[in-house]
Amino acid sequence: MPEGSNPTRTGIGTAAPRIDGRLKVTGQAAYGSDAVLANPAHAYLVTSTIARGTIRDIDDTETRKVNGVLDILTYRNVGDRVQAGQFFSKGGYCGTSIQPLASNHVWHAGQIVAIVLADSFEAAREGAFRLTVTYDEQKPSAGFDAAGVEIKTGAEASKEHQDPKVGDAGTAYQSAPVKLDLRYSTPTQHHNPIELFTTACAWQGGKLTVWESSQNVYGFRFGLAQQLGLDPDDVHVISPFIGGAFGSRGSLTQRTALIAYAARLIGRPVKLDATRDQGFTIATYRAETRHRIRIAADRQGKLVSLNHEGWEVTSRADDYMVSGTDASTRLYACPNVSSNVSIVKADRSTPGFMRSPPEMPYIFALECAMDELAVALNMDPVELRRINDTRVEPIKGLRYTSRSLMQCFDEAAKAFGWQSRNPRPGSMRDGDWLIGWGCATSTYPSQIAPATARVILTPQGTVKVQTAAHEIGNGAYTAVALTAADRLGIELERITVELGDSDLPPAPVAGGSNTTASVCNVVAMACGQIRDRIATAAVTTKDAPFFGQDAKGLRLVAGSLQSTDGKSEPLADAMRRVANGAMEGYAENIPHGGKPDSLAKLYRGIQSLTGGAKMKDRIQFAYGAEFVELRINARTREIRCPRMVGAFAAGQIVNPLTAKSQLVGGLIWGLSSALHEATDIDRRAARFTNDDLAEYLIPVNADVDQVEVIMVPEEDHEINELGIKGLGELGNVGTAAAVLSAVYHATGIRLRDLPVRLEHILPGIAA
Amino acid sequence: MRPFLYQRPADRAAAEHAILAENASILGGGTTLLDLMKLDAMRPDVVVDINDLAPGAAGIDASAGGLHLSAFVTMAETAAHPDILRDYPVIAQSLQLAASPQIRNMARLGGNVLQRTRCSYFRDGWTACNKRSPGSGCAALDGVNRKHAVLGTSDSCIATYPGDFAQALVALDALIEITSERGPRNIRFAELHRLPDDTPHLETTLAPGEMITGFFVPAGAWTRRSKYLKIRDRESYEFALASAAVALDLDGTVVRQARIALGGVATKPWRSAEAEAVLVGKPVSEANAHAAAEAAFAGAKARSGNGYKIELGRQTLVRAVIETAALQV
Repeated sequence: MPEGSNPTRTGIGTAAPRIDGRLKVTGQAAYGSDAVLANPAHAYLVTSTIARGTIRDIDDTETRKVNGVLDILTYRNVGDRVQAGQFFSKGGYCGTSIQPLASNHVWHAGQIVAIVLADSFEAAREGAFRLTVTYDEQKPSAGFDAAGVEIKTGAEASKEHQDPKVGDAGTAYQSAPVKLDLRYSTPTQHHNPIELFTTACAWQGGKLTVWESSQNVYGFRFGLAQQLGLDPDDVHVISPFIGGAFGSRGSLTQRTALIAYAARLIGRPVKLDATRDQGFTIATYRAETRHRIRIAADRQGKLVSLNHEGWEVTSRADDYMVSGTDASTRLYACPNVSSNVSIVKADRSTPGFMRSPPEMPYIFALECAMDELAVALNMDPVELRRINDTRVEPIKGLRYTSRSLMQCFDEAAKAFGWQSRNPRPGSMRDGDWLIGWGCATSTYPSQIAPATARVILTPQGTVKVQTAAHEIGNGAYTAVALTAADRLGIELERITVELGDSDLPPAPVAGGSNTTASVCNVVAMACGQIRDRIATAAVTTKDAPFFGQDAKGLRLVAGSLQSTDGKSEPLADAMRRVANGAMEGYAENIPHGGKPDSLAKLYRGIQSLTGGAKMKDRIQFAYGAEFVELRINARTREIRCPRMVGAFAAGQIVNPLTAKSQLVGGLIWGLSSALHEATDIDRRAARFTNDDLAEYLIPVNADVDQVEVIMVPEEDHEINELGIKGLGELGNVGTAAAVLSAVYHATGIRLRDLPVRLEHILPGIAA
Repeated sequence: MRPFLYQRPADRAAAEHAILAENASILGGGTTLLDLMKLDAMRPDVVVDINDLAPGAAGIDASAGGLHLSAFVTMAETAAHPDILRDYPVIAQSLQLAASPQIRNMARLGGNVLQRTRCSYFRDGWTACNKRSPGSGCAALDGVNRKHAVLGTSDSCIATYPGDFAQALVALDALIEITSERGPRNIRFAELHRLPDDTPHLETTLAPGEMITGFFVPAGAWTRRSKYLKIRDRESYEFALASAAVALDLDGTVVRQARIALGGVATKPWRSAEAEAVLVGKPVSEANAHAAAEAAFAGAKARSGNGYKIELGRQTLVRAVIETAALQV
């Protein structure tokens, strides 16, 4: 029996295989471009070869000669017929306010400049290849250090932005006995979900149906209505399965409204399958960041001052920023903290959410600095974390609902064998291979959002759960089913779950690792309504076995209604008192910290995540500790990772099987961010050059050997009714810092920029 | 992809005739050609599918005086052949360490040695690239060039020759068999690829209408003690940042004969006679291996992003020489 499962019943905490697993592995799960449409036309995108300037001319003579080409959309014939999407942080639903085909303006390399429509994919592609677009090009600013960029402070970019601050970090730093002034950087990265960015649109009687993998079907529905001038009730977004998203499908991209427009224009369904390289520029990405950390401690290792400055690249059009100082300033006890964030606006597409958007770069920088501080103090890095562990959040003095950081360190260190580490760099050699061990903290805010769900219990004892949440590989179908099984006492096999459809009751964006907490809690509430009605009738009906008992004491277990004194009645009999047929529960939940209007906003697809450090009365985060071993060839310096160990505490684990899968995947993603992933930018042209999966590196199976995940038990009775903390974005935070710690331990070379490449540690080249 | 005429000749004579067509490309496994056609970086008018010419295992013969390989056998068939694993490990390893199992199952040896560069400016189909569009310039010279070559470069092109197998062939001084309607001819494999100079679009010495049909690797005392070392950012499915094909004939610890080629660092399969000359007649030692590596990279030229390849290439060769000498054969 897997760890954490309850042998007596199936429910919350049962390690259950995915209920949708069979559909997925047999090819029956329908993803966006699998939609079967009658007589569809196909779209192929033409994207800009320049990063800044205007379109001078579009010559479509050769394109129109291609057999099967139906039409060519450009700024000349689209213009304001499709409204620009509003940027999400300004109350809209889009990942950018840039609207291609609205004018001849080019904002970034790879911007959509034309869409060729044809009877077949092949004809559309050939037509696209034969289109000649000429430009008046201006010299672009590629990013950091480029001439012509605009720099804004966080406060200038957003009214809501706050720079966490307490005490006097500057003065405390000056007088501290041990202090470090350090700079770190992280590169551009792309999500590269294996499912490409596709869209299929069809119209019927003025109503639009969109098949597109989405982490936010309600947001897409309302955003498209806005862009196309439709009643939101006339837009239906379908996304039951998602072939990887990682944040890239959380906001509307520009393509969707354009494909919907195209379908209306030509009176036929239209399918777009954008290519891998186009996916690098028509969707979002993680922009490069820079950090300066000034950190100081007393001789015993207690932090006395922390200053974290961050810089992030964004587009000219939109002030996207991740502002990870919210998390990095709240990880350890420190009396004097200051921080600020700036954005650097360049001729680039607008970045967006990518798995652990703020924490990946910002906690990376902080955790690298902690490792360097441990060396400066001649102290074990685990002990440095222990000395600075805290029960009270350092900025506002709020208490954590729960915090098990050091339990995670102790469990992971034990499993890893950390106590046998010789801390001297280069001391743990194995023949021609240098061995390095490193560790770091992982953390992620525990967030939750308003959500709704409908639960239907039939007289046959089957259950249907409906909520417009999203299965992004997180195991949402199974988590929801386990919750219903738990609360209604129904076998998992008798429960069906419907997700990913904007006609279902609204649920929040699958972002910020909120889905399990938000959705399972509201599903439990809807199940509770059904139980309450059954239980109330059972204790107030004279001939019922439970007559006169307290309704609160009755539970639905194993297809029956049961009381604590051992009485039991078949569920069908108990149901018959209150319903001639099926029973339905419909629940709406505004979580602790949520504003009263947040539920109404949810019905319009507007997100209101709360939790983390957003609340006035408490703070809620999940934690983990990650340990990494590296082997580095002494001559050629290629870096390999034979094992990783992570221990994590995230409250109630709904499904230990999929939770472990998330965390294993997170550790691998973290390794990837340290050693593999980086999008190369040709700075002269402000464009990406390694835009395919051969050159944009992610680990292959051979790069991942042993990955061990330990779930540290944690009960949090305060955070939400079910005690759930999200963990989807927890596993990959901190890993890169652990890798850099291990590189230092193996080689004595301290690196501060990601990704690590072998040339950075080659003898005779590395500093 | 643009429309093209597809032909599938049933025999060699028909194939020789078909490839005489203007702007024809030969289709073997299609692992490079189809990619580049989908990217619009190659636009053949005629595609000649030679898969009906594939002989299967009969295309590999290690019986007499050397190793004969049909150009139409797959990478996977060759890499798994017991005679090659035993007598020519450098060839088996160069194939086994390349690409992915799926690609090795499809790709054929003739196409493998003609694989086009991975230079992203060549592949994108539209930036300045003298190889794709003669006279348009080279965006890589001052662009993103971490993976570009340091040996055999010119001011027109620094694109790296991407393959692995060719390094084994050039090290072992293989012959290459070529056919056309004009009849067969053989050349040294070393004469197949050209340096870019100011004509990087001319990659080989094959004439229009010619087709590679086979390879012959002469037997030698050094082929059994041979190794292909490939260094890259990840463990598999990546082109070499640097690689070395090394074959040694030892008299005790003294090098009687050495065969050395370098990959991932040069514009064409790169035999290093300089490194061989340093080693011959000397014992294999750390110092001598380093001296050979110095000699191999004496003429290397770095650009902004690939300077590390000179040191990495040296370290790769040193490691390959020492590990090859230590092999039990």
